[in-house]
Amino acid sequence: MIGYVARRLGGTALVLFGLSAIVYALFYLAPQDPAVLTCGKGCTPERLAEVHAAMGLDEPALTQYRHFLQGLFVGRDYPAGPDVRHCPAPCLGYSFETDQPVTALLADRLPVSVSLAVGAEVLSLALGIGAGLLSGLRRYRVLDKLVNGLILAGYAVPVFLIGLLLLMIFCVYLRWLPFPTYVPLTTDPLAWAQNLLLPWTALALIQAAAYARLTRAGVQDTLAEDYVRTARAYGFTERRIVLRRALRGALVPLVTLTAIDLAAIMTSAVLTETMFGLPGVGQLLVGAVNQIDLPVVVGVTLLTGCLVVVGNAVADLLYAAIDPRVQLR
Amino acid sequence: MRVLHDRGFTVGAAIALVMVTVAVAAPLLTAWEGQDPTTFHNDLLDSARGGVPIGPLGGISGDHWLGVEPGTGRDLFARVVFGARVSLGVAVSATVLQVLIGVGVGVAAGLGGRHLDAGLSRLVDLVLAFPILVLAIALLAIVPPSWPRPVLLAVVIAMLGWGGTARITRGETLTLRARDYVAAARVSGAGPLRVARREILPGLASPVLTYAAFVLPTNMITEAGLSFLGVGVRPPTPSWGQMLSTATTWFRADPLYVAVPGGLLFATLLAFVLVANGVRRVLDPRQRTEVLR
Repeated sequence: MIGYVARRLGGTALVLFGLSAIVYALFYLAPQDPAVLTCGKGCTPERLAEVHAAMGLDEPALTQYRHFLQGLFVGRDYPAGPDVRHCPAPCLGYSFETDQPVTALLADRLPVSVSLAVGAEVLSLALGIGAGLLSGLRRYRVLDKLVNGLILAGYAVPVFLIGLLLLMIFCVYLRWLPFPTYVPLTTDPLAWAQNLLLPWTALALIQAAAYARLTRAGVQDTLAEDYVRTARAYGFTERRIVLRRALRGALVPLVTLTAIDLAAIMTSAVLTETMFGLPGVGQLLVGAVNQIDLPVVVGVTLLTGCLVVVGNAVADLLYAAIDPRVQLR
Repeated sequence: MRVLHDRGFTVGAAIALVMVTVAVAAPLLTAWEGQDPTTFHNDLLDSARGGVPIGPLGGISGDHWLGVEPGTGRDLFARVVFGARVSLGVAVSATVLQVLIGVGVGVAAGLGGRHLDAGLSRLVDLVLAFPILVLAIALLAIVPPSWPRPVLLAVVIAMLGWGGTARITRGETLTLRARDYVAAARVSGAGPLRVARREILPGLASPVLTYAAFVLPTNMITEAGLSFLGVGVRPPTPSWGQMLSTATTWFRADPLYVAVPGGLLFATLLAFVLVANGVRRVLDPRQRTEVLR
């Protein structure tokens, strides 16, 4: 087990390293000269050369990448006029636009994206498991058909389309909810939830489709197992059989998927955040992309990449921990 | 044709076929209507209300079958029809490209030696770890605006998304490689390229086709999403995702402007998912019990 964990973590570190190299190469190979962007309007050639040197752009690519990694792990110093500005680890540089440290910008936006992702995941699990269980028991024909339709539609709807529809229905026609704005959880939990309800629903309607499909398949499979027949023969109530036996067997794959999906929701939240105007990491990226604010772009890409890689690793480890049939290699 | 007994598949295939025809025949259809997707019609807009089309339902008339775009007055039918070209074209070419790369890498990993397999498998791990949407946004932002956007979109989506195909192909190749007929071909002196082409590739057709059928609608969603975010197709070239992004500012005043591209996008995606579902039921016998009826 320890050997497996060590190897898995080693592989994760390797992938992260590769990701950072690729993302950095994108940044370095960018056709726009970062110095021109930092220097701004009315830049004289002398000033440009200064900025160029100050940003370390005169050095060879590999040296620059080394400095970048060094900044990530131990921090680095930036010359700023006569002074030296120290950027503590993990350092992702300073935004071209606002001159704030990228790490601070990310830390500012992260709570929004995390709120969005966690809430959406909880809601999709509830919806998906409920619908999958009901349809897996094959009690209600109509419900079965409805779940089937929803599963198909879940594959076929982009999140921004659902979001747009929800906004039109609940904010414009029915006026049940205000247009979403982000209220921090610590300020007012109720307003936080109320404002995030529509974005959560939009993401959950899509995500729940996959969970419903898995739960249904799992429930149907476990209900056919011998131990369920044994439980029936012992005379346990149907309710107990379903909850203790069938549901437990069906939930194993979901537990591991949750880790992957949480990370996936964080990356695809770009669309949801833009759609609903939530100031999360995704919106930070879209803004940075329009300004060609490269350090911020690199920062967001690395952060989301890390989340995906770590999510996958956690899923593998959870799977191995939960399911005794999995052999560790 | 067993697949035709599947009602979902038949309906989906019919809609998909109509959409493809519309995309291919876009110039003919707009010529028939007598409009084009880029001409502004300011006379059809109510400037007092901020540029909402004059008349009910977004200004539908005999001249403009689906009305006009708010703000610009461009013909909505023409834009939607040409938008189908972009949406379908990008999705299809991205899928084809993705399958080519994925199958190439997967077969090489499956048939190559241990070291090649290990190296390529790590590469696939890396590609699968990409935050696709985020990287695509970053990539599309740094290329010069003069590059042809639809081609670029297809290439970027394919380059970031081939990991799944490669992984499946590698697995299937490993299974096929252990078969007797492949061993027989090897023993009788067939080189690795011949084995790959004559013995492995035919066996890969059905799993890869099933997978690709599901990848196609996913790619279409990605294209729509990127264009929605403003890094995809640039105006005046229309795309459904991009139209929806402008529609977000107009949906109170002109709901039809949301409904037309949104409805078409949904219908087309649903059609392709139904087709993929039918393909899977026919090609993958293991899946036949767990079906989406």
